[in-house]
Amino acid sequence: MNDTAVLSAGSKPHARELPRLRLIARNVFPFAVVGSIWEIVAWAGVFPHRLFPTLEEIALSFVQLTISGILPHHAIETLIRLLSGFALAAVFGVAIGVAMGRSRRAEDIFLPLVSICAPIPGLAYAPLFLLWFGLGNFSAVLLVGFVSAFPVIFNSWTGVKAVKEIWVRSAQSMGADDRRLFSHVILPGALPYILTGLRLGLAQAWRILVAVEMLAAVPWGLGWMIFGAREFLNTDVMMAGIAVIAIIGLALEKFVFEKIEHYTVVRWGMITS
Amino acid sequence: MTKNGQSFRSIARGAITLTVAAALYEAAARSGYFAPALLPTLPAIARTLFAMIADGSMIEHAAFTLYRVMFGFSLAVVVGLPLGVLMARFQRIEHFVLPLVSALMPIPSFALVPLFMLWFGIGNTTTVLIVFYAATFPMLFNTWSGVRSVNPIWLRAAGAMGADENSLFWKVIIPGASPFIITGMRQAFLRAWIAVVGAEMIAASDWGLGWVIFDAKEFLNTDVMLAALVVIGAIGFVFERLVFGSLERATVQRWGMVRMVKG
Repeated sequence: MNDTAVLSAGSKPHARELPRLRLIARNVFPFAVVGSIWEIVAWAGVFPHRLFPTLEEIALSFVQLTISGILPHHAIETLIRLLSGFALAAVFGVAIGVAMGRSRRAEDIFLPLVSICAPIPGLAYAPLFLLWFGLGNFSAVLLVGFVSAFPVIFNSWTGVKAVKEIWVRSAQSMGADDRRLFSHVILPGALPYILTGLRLGLAQAWRILVAVEMLAAVPWGLGWMIFGAREFLNTDVMMAGIAVIAIIGLALEKFVFEKIEHYTVVRWGMITS
Repeated sequence: MTKNGQSFRSIARGAITLTVAAALYEAAARSGYFAPALLPTLPAIARTLFAMIADGSMIEHAAFTLYRVMFGFSLAVVVGLPLGVLMARFQRIEHFVLPLVSALMPIPSFALVPLFMLWFGIGNTTTVLIVFYAATFPMLFNTWSGVRSVNPIWLRAAGAMGADENSLFWKVIIPGASPFIITGMRQAFLRAWIAVVGAEMIAASDWGLGWVIFDAKEFLNTDVMLAALVVIGAIGFVFERLVFGSLERATVQRWGMVRMVKG
């Protein structure tokens, strides 16, 4: 940002700024097209107005809900739930996965259980969890953790198994004990896989959480807000909620997943070189 | 120790684990410490499963779910595959579609369920559209990156040997992108399968495996829930391993695009 401002006094930066403007325009253009089609349909009254509000109304309720603090409250509750569920998944998933990769016994014990439970869609467990652990926060967090643990387990397991035998043996022949072997060879070697697993797990947690909030009747949360707004035909509130969900999802993608991926790639580069 | 002996021991250990887990569950269920309505015994679950298959209700639920998932999945393939190819081949289309897709993709499909319920009512339309929404993105993205990753040397070689656009497309680009496309289908089906269960639960219709589970909760029929869970797991497993596994074997592996089989 800074260097373009400095450079804009000269004539060269003009050539540099143009493609950037064009890039922005190019990205905005599709949204403008879709937005105006939406406006035209909404104004023309093809669908009942309550079900198909104009963009201004959606923006207005978005702003109102944000100012009154309702929307941020929902969003924060959702994020806390996401993070605590994911933290559960990360801790147990990595532990189980690494154990499975290191010890044949643990692999034989856990693999059948994991491969039976993993292919069942996470939400299918939701009613069962609700019955066993009651409605509300506890079930929601537990379910999110349970579902997002599977990709973490699978990737940590593969990662530990993918550590080259030669590295392990050479470290051992150089006199590394088990602890050093683990922290200096196995963990760094498996890290790219583990990070991929965490990334997949977080994405899965995010996808499932919204639905869990709808089913588990939690007092606050974006999923619950959308679901509740349906009862009162507040389509504009629903749209505002979906917009917040999209923003959070996008932020996760940009600031968490891509960072992790970048880090993974860097690690890869370190390892292969 | 031979490899055979080792794998035999793994199988034996796996069987022991499952038996122990089942025995623990059974003991917990029979101990009376938990309410029997919440923790039915394994024979009770098996009996319910067989009874529901015998009277045809489970088969009908499964048929409805499969119909929805296949409909939505086919729609996703029909839309995602050509769009992905177009995006990779024409930059103009890529510039238009990519920003929209990247804005829509982070929205979990379930967030749209209440909205779709308002717009399209309860039932098949909503569920199929949710499945479609969930399955399109993996299909689209994998096709896109598959077509883009086709080795440019192949394209030039085929062009130099006088291939026209048409045969270039069918003989070079599509086979070259096929590993990605099949991966995309696999991921799309997985997403579709997750979406259909969730959508059936939230947008409760009359039939469907997801609905059975949710409905059984109301009446504390935990045995029905667990039986439906077994069916859901079995169908997902069959599709993942048998259908897509054999599809992969029949196409990509025979063409020598992917050497290794995993799992």
